[in-house]
Amino acid sequence: MKRLWRWLIPLAAVPVLVLLAYGFRLSPRDIPSPLVGRPAPGFALATLEGAPLELATHRGKVVVLNFWASWCYPACYEEAPVLERNWRGYRERGVVVVGVDVQDKREAALKFVGDFGLTFPVAQDLKGTVSVDYGVYGVPETFFLDRQGRIRVKHVGAVTDDVFRTTVDRLLAEAASP
Amino acid sequence: MTADLGYGMTLIALGLAVYGGVAAGAGARTGRLALIESAQHAALGVFVLVTSCFALLTYAFLTFDFSVRYVATNTNLGTPFYYRITGVWGALEGSIILWSWMLALYTIILIVRHRVGARELYPWALATMLGILAFFLLVMTVAAPPFQRQAPVPADGRGLNPLLEDTGMITHPVALYLGFTGFTVPFAFAMAALITGRIGDTWLVLTRRWTIVAWYFLSLGLLIGGWWSYHVLGWGGYWAWDPVENAAFMPWLTGTAFLHSVMIQERRRMLRLWNISLVILTFGLTLFGTFLTRSGVIASVHAFTQGSIGILFLGFLALVLLTALGLVAWRWETFRSEGELDSVVSRESAFLLNNVLLVAAAFTVFFGTVFPLLSEAVRGVKVSVGAPFFNQVNIPLFLSLVFLMGVGPLIAWRRASLDNLKRNFLWPVALGIAAAAAAFALGVRSLLAALTCATTVFVAATIAVDFTRATRARLRVGESLLPAMGGLMLRHNRRYRGFVVHLGILIIALGVMGSHAWSVQTETTLHRGETAELAGYRFRFDGLTAVEESNHFKVVGAFTVSNGRVLGVLRPAKKFYPQEQAPIAYVDYRLGLREDLYLVLGDFARDGSQATIKLQVNRLVSWIWIGGVVLTLGALLAILPERHKSV
Repeated sequence: MKRLWRWLIPLAAVPVLVLLAYGFRLSPRDIPSPLVGRPAPGFALATLEGAPLELATHRGKVVVLNFWASWCYPACYEEAPVLERNWRGYRERGVVVVGVDVQDKREAALKFVGDFGLTFPVAQDLKGTVSVDYGVYGVPETFFLDRQGRIRVKHVGAVTDDVFRTTVDRLLAEAASP
Repeated sequence: MTADLGYGMTLIALGLAVYGGVAAGAGARTGRLALIESAQHAALGVFVLVTSCFALLTYAFLTFDFSVRYVATNTNLGTPFYYRITGVWGALEGSIILWSWMLALYTIILIVRHRVGARELYPWALATMLGILAFFLLVMTVAAPPFQRQAPVPADGRGLNPLLEDTGMITHPVALYLGFTGFTVPFAFAMAALITGRIGDTWLVLTRRWTIVAWYFLSLGLLIGGWWSYHVLGWGGYWAWDPVENAAFMPWLTGTAFLHSVMIQERRRMLRLWNISLVILTFGLTLFGTFLTRSGVIASVHAFTQGSIGILFLGFLALVLLTALGLVAWRWETFRSEGELDSVVSRESAFLLNNVLLVAAAFTVFFGTVFPLLSEAVRGVKVSVGAPFFNQVNIPLFLSLVFLMGVGPLIAWRRASLDNLKRNFLWPVALGIAAAAAAFALGVRSLLAALTCATTVFVAATIAVDFTRATRARLRVGESLLPAMGGLMLRHNRRYRGFVVHLGILIIALGVMGSHAWSVQTETTLHRGETAELAGYRFRFDGLTAVEESNHFKVVGAFTVSNGRVLGVLRPAKKFYPQEQAPIAYVDYRLGLREDLYLVLGDFARDGSQATIKLQVNRLVSWIWIGGVVLTLGALLAILPERHKSV
């Protein structure tokens, strides 16, 4: 029983450790976008192959709008397979993935699309106007649009399977029960 | 291929380190020399393997081997040769490899130096070192592997963070990490002392020089970091109380406290518990610093990317702190029966106060650094703690510390007599007061500036008093002047080389004070041919030119500077890197002993007709670097072995 208190010494470190552990729950990426909840700005661009691509044609679907570039290594390289995989998995259920290639060279962008075997439509934002409309700060950034064409979620950094599925499932579910 | 080879070597090194740690521990417990020898061989193996990993990664950088993910992320075909080498440790994974390599190197030096002669403590110290090394190797295999395959192999890499393209980046991280890792050795011996119960003076004597080495490198790292910040970041300052700067500063503060408190234990058998605690705290803070920079918990300009590594580091920090403090609790009884403080007016109490102030400073820095986290946890409010808080709290602390620097070395041990005080401090105090009066007469109206002047002159005078007195004593016994002074430096190394360090701190204090009190700046937009004026200097905007470099494009402004006569042309620039969203400022400056001219280019018209420019005249900043050179020189002298025989 004597001098048991001395074992309290190591406990002094515990509050600090707990506080630091709490830090993991926070994300410095949580920067709110004023665009969330607003209608998504429309655009009409051309795909890498030159075909027209208009956002309005996808109204009624859940749209995953992904801003990327071939020079954006490594985040864009990480998320490209994720986007392709989920595009294939969800396309039958009223979901479309639209890529917007930002400030890029056409050959480099085509090589990127070829390397990853991307099959979803990719537009080229040559003048950077669409990126400005969406307040894109850096690539990659991804906007999730609901069936009414409103921006619902903005994701900064590489999209993971988890982020894609939870967000899209939620938007599909609420659209099914209006 | 490269990636697999490197990864394999890392794995083997990890296995060897774990084995070595266990073998050294078992050898220490059973006293079987064969086990300890085996652990030494394992340590050698780890060193060879980590060195090979490092060499392999460097080779991958030099040959643009983008099949290694880390290489692809941190270099591109345009990266110049020199920065392909510094790029090796430019980001998280490489920094861990460098860190592990240094730890392995220190382990080898520990083996070479202490294998014979420290029989009880050495095996446990070796086990601790290898254990810590194993952790870093674990990080290298699990959380931040530098050797990871990249498929498909990109045609070009992303490129190094442009801010790191600076000569300071070769020395700053290396020095800083040598400092950080250097504190592992004193910690290892402290652990050995706790485990064996030999908490007397042996471990202190063994680690004294190690501590100075670590302290030297840490100081050097901090100073180079300040210099980098000043001449690269372009905001005209050298210290911003950024979380990561704080992370390096905290162990420096507690390490400094330890360097001083050691002397009291040696002299008066006091403060054993305190010394052990300081070493644990210092090492804990180096880990905390690493955690901060690499976990992304606290946002900072220095921060590396985040990931599972943060959790790993936090776990290790918890393990280290709980084990070390648990050992302290376990050995609690042995810490008793210490000497006691005889008088408040004594060298012991001056040193004690110095320690309290240093630890208090470390605590306030810690508090300010984690406060944003605390605020968010408790109140859910995002706040940021800026320079005003740190300055307000720390400036009085540091000023008191500088004052104690004058008192401590000259006041008598145990109990100072009035005579001792008069003999040592009459002149310095008088000079200090005179300095304040002189500053006032010269038009200095800031109380802080006047106080700083008075304190620094006071301390400088105490050093001068002591040095002349000791030299005179030697002259009386027939030595001539120069050998007498040199002999003092060589023989009483701790005292007089310590004075050199103190002198360096004084010079730095003056530089910091001057730059805070007297620097001026302005921001203005100039058309071509127009002139701006600041503090007696005229800056004429001569135009813009565009230059294409190997990995970026830059726009350079030309500004002719004159103060009556033409001093030269300053060329600040803005660099545009394809992989960066925002351009990077390239500062141009003209350094001087009295003041620096410092120009940062802001926005400009594309046709070169006008440009916005930030002009600064920074006063006395050069003295910070001069003081830094003096300080590190003093620390370097203190590392040299003490000579007991006459010259």
